[in-house]
Parts: sequence; structure tokens; C-alpha cells
Amino acid sequence: MSRFVVRVMPRDVILDVQGRTVQETLARLGTDVTSLRVGKSIEIEVTESGEAAIQKVQKIAQTLLYNPLLEVFEVRQVMEGGEERLC
Amino acid sequence: MLGNSSTHSRKGTSSKPVGVVRFPGTNCDRDVVSWMQASGRSWQWLWWMDSFSVAEFDSVIVPGGFSFGDYLRSGALAARSPVIRSVWEFAGRGGPVLGICNGFQILTEAGLLPGALAKNVSGRFVDAWVDLEVEAAPSFVQQKRGEVFRLPVAHGDGRFYADPTELARIEDRGLVWLRYKGRNPNGSALAIAGVKNESGNVAALMPHPERAIWDWMGGVDGKRFLPGVLGSADHSGNVATYVTTSDGGAIE
Repeated sequence: MSRFVVRVMPRDVILDVQGRTVQETLARLGTDVTSLRVGKSIEIEVTESGEAAIQKVQKIAQTLLYNPLLEVFEVRQVMEGGEERLC
Repeated sequence: MLGNSSTHSRKGTSSKPVGVVRFPGTNCDRDVVSWMQASGRSWQWLWWMDSFSVAEFDSVIVPGGFSFGDYLRSGALAARSPVIRSVWEFAGRGGPVLGICNGFQILTEAGLLPGALAKNVSGRFVDAWVDLEVEAAPSFVQQKRGEVFRLPVAHGDGRFYADPTELARIEDRGLVWLRYKGRNPNGSALAIAGVKNESGNVAALMPHPERAIWDWMGGVDGKRFLPGVLGSADHSGNVATYVTTSDGGAIE
């Protein structure tokens, strides 16, 4: 069994409305940050291991989890002990 | 009534019904059916889990709402459902397909229309009456260039987006159906409110013509928006598609 985290983020050219609103709220609460963007994190477990597992999750991400016009994604494998490795 | 397969006809003016697609979370389906009834068109529900026989329908409407709760992205889950596979086949044979609001989001996610619908620039859900100007009507719609309609919008993700190259292609190929005239309620690129495919038989818009049929609704432009609703299907020809290749999207 293999565990993965797929991170989906809005493309830089897309105005990240959620990120802007959170950043504005932080500023109103007295904390300024220079940048803040909101994306999604999707945790996936598959029975496969090794390259087959990575291929499967990459395909899942490409066919459903992100819209290439609006978003970018990365796949990270969660290793034993919780360390994440970029695929 | 969900998944009801019988055909409903008031006046029986068309031999084939208009298919009205329903997903969990679709909420403009009955409004669309009222519009069909007011226009004297026969209609039939198309349930999302079912495929349908494409030769048996005059046209297909994908109504608005919040299919699958807008989970993941607006329209993303609905676009990958069995009924949309049939819509693909129907569109590929030249059948007229109209998407409204969430239906627009679904058809772009399905690759049947170019572009994508992003969150409104305002960050807010917008509920307002807007003016629309016709640029180039789809094949199944009798509208003249420059014609103006006043229709309501109600959406959170209605900002039409495409990258500059794709946007230029949409303009050059004359795929813009409608533009917002005056107020652009969501920050859409080039004020685009509706687009069509290359073949002109698949089209969608963010505003709701079915919500402007009777005086008490606040406007009646929906009635003349699609006279007779949809034309009869010419089941021939090929449909262009807009499935974007997925490489190049990974975070470096």
C-alpha cells in the first residue's frame, strides 16, 4: 500500500479570490503577510507500490483532481514515518 | 420524479423531446421544464447515472445548480458522469446542446466547450440582472448579431477564463456567443458571457433565460431568447473538442 498527497494550487495568473480574502482578514486582525494563496490537499491511498502507484496517482490527478486552465498540481508520496517525497 | 423516463408533452409540437439533464444538486431543472412547457415543447428527464439513446432526442439542456455540491471544482464531477458520455455522443452527431450556468461549467469541464469558469473577481456570489449582446449565435439559435437581452445571473464561479493564446483563438474563430454589455458582473475575460464550439451545436451561457419568462419574474427576455427553444437536431457532422492536455500543469 502507498500513501500520497496531491496538492492542487491556483495558477499564479489566476486571481486567488480565497487567498486574497484570507490575507485581507489577517491584515484586519493585525497580521500582515506578503503573500497568501489557498489550494487543496487530497490524501490518497492505493494498494499498488513503487512506480505503478505513482503512475496511478498521477493519472488520477490529471484526469480529475485539477483543471489545467486554472490550476497546477504536485504529487507527494508519504513515506514510512510521515516524510513526504515529491514524485 | 427523479429518473422518470416518460416523455412529457403539452402540445406535442415536436416529435422528439428535449432532454433535461439532472445531477444531485441541480436546482434549475424544473425552471427549464416550465420553460419547455410554456414553449409547447416535449421534454424528458435525463438522470446523471443513465446513458441515453442519442437518436431519440431533439436537443439536450444541462441546467444550472450546484451539481455534486460544487465539490472539487464547479462541474468537475458532473462532467465525468455516464450521462455526459451520452451528451458527448449526442454532440458528436451534431445534436444541439445548451448549458446554463452550472451547465456551462460542466460543459467546459467535459471538454465540449473552450475555457473555464473561475471564481468571480469580486469574491462574492452575484445575483443581478445583466444586459447581454449577441456576437455570434450557435447554429440552433435564431439571434442576430448586436441583439440585446436582459437576463438574470446568479453564480459564484462565473468568471470566464482562458489563457491569452486560447482567448485569442476563441475570438479569431468567432466562438463568442454573448458578451456582458455595460456591467461585467464577474470579471470575465473580454466580458464573455457565453461561448459555443467550432461546430456551433454546443453552446452555453452563465445567465438564466429560464428565469425571465413571465412578467412576475422581473423580465421576459428569456421568451424571445430562444424562440421555440431549440431547433431540430441535424444529427450529422463532427464536433470539435477542447480537452486540454494535462502535462505542463505540475508544480515545478
